Amino acid sequence: MIRMSTRHILLGLLASGPSHGYDLKRRHDERFPQARPLAYGQVYTTLQRLVRDGLAEVEGTDSDGGPERTMYRTTDEGTHELSRWSGEIAPPAPFVANEIFAKVVVAILSGGDPAGYLNAQRAAHMERMRELTAVKAAKGADLATVLSADYALNHLDADLRWMSTTAARLTTLTAEVDAV
Amino acid sequence: MSRPVPLLSASGLTKAHGRTPALRGASIELHAGEILAVTGASGSGKSTLLHCLAGIVRPDEGSVTYDGRRLEDLPEKRLSELRRTEFGVVFQFGQLIPELTALDNVALPLLLAGTDRARARARAAEWLERFGVRGQEESRPGEMSGGQAQRAALARALVTGPKVVFADEPTGALDSLSGEQVMTALVHTARESGAAVVLITHDAQVAAYADREVQLRDGAVAPLGVTA
Repeated sequence: MIRMSTRHILLGLLASGPSHGYDLKRRHDERFPQARPLAYGQVYTTLQRLVRDGLAEVEGTDSDGGPERTMYRTTDEGTHELSRWSGEIAPPAPFVANEIFAKVVVAILSGGDPAGYLNAQRAAHMERMRELTAVKAAKGADLATVLSADYALNHLDADLRWMSTTAARLTTLTAEVDAV
Repeated sequence: MSRPVPLLSASGLTKAHGRTPALRGASIELHAGEILAVTGASGSGKSTLLHCLAGIVRPDEGSVTYDGRRLEDLPEKRLSELRRTEFGVVFQFGQLIPELTALDNVALPLLLAGTDRARARARAAEWLERFGVRGQEESRPGEMSGGQAQRAALARALVTGPKVVFADEPTGALDSLSGEQVMTALVHTARESGAAVVLITHDAQVAAYADREVQLRDGAVAPLGVTA
């Protein structure tokens, strides 16, 4: 799953012109097909917060033959905020608070089966990688789908490499954990 | 319900290179149309297993059965014919013949099987196009990019319509984008033609193109789990 700042993503989608919540949700799903699902409710709540914070404003309403919809547009402040966020370096994770690592250590502490846990976790990672690979290798897959699947695949692959190395070092790790 | 009979199976394979054991009782099954990844650390016996399965080397002990025939019972001439007609093999470095053009490289297995030259070249051109190497027909391997050469090698492996394709680290010498193109081409073509694939790789992202994975550890198939 890819976690993203919903408010900045919506600001980014508004950058090409005024839009309403329904359309923003649709375009979000098109652009970020592998991302955490974005609920309509979250879109509307986020739009209201953007207005409250002066980053977006109501343009008017549009019915286009259907129900009346509130159109939103970005403000100068919103454009500035989007530019600031886009150029901001995402901090490389400074702490190792990985759940898999924690479970391996806890398994050792509690006399569990860390190797068995790593085996099962590896199998689950590979299954997810097969699913993502099938998505990106499907005929006609668009580039946004391929890139988002690639992002997830590379992170899962990094986990797998870590699991392989850890499995090979379990004896040493167990001795260290037991000694403390 | 009875289990389907595997197209290719190996049981209890052992093989040593000199005094160094490479396989220690490896057993494996491959079903028709299946893409199977064989993964494992360097030296775990992956390539030796592929060579035994493809009838390129004979195991010291154990048995390989293809389509009801035990490979160890076949005389060398029959085994060679089987490799030529039923199997396709592609290696890490495609091993195209450097003096031949891409078209002639791909046409070669057909010529060896008795197809006349004009038909062989026409089919080779079709296969090069399927693998996205159109326009490089008259290029020699040294004049092509690594990805193009490897896709030409895949075309050569598949041009005879094999039932099983053996691919030994087919993307090992390629950058990630070229590797992706090679794997996508291999998987799509295998699915379309119904060929089974034995895919040897140490790369989890390549293994993820397969339907199933077995891991080798110290020359034997490990239970599903971590490659140590």
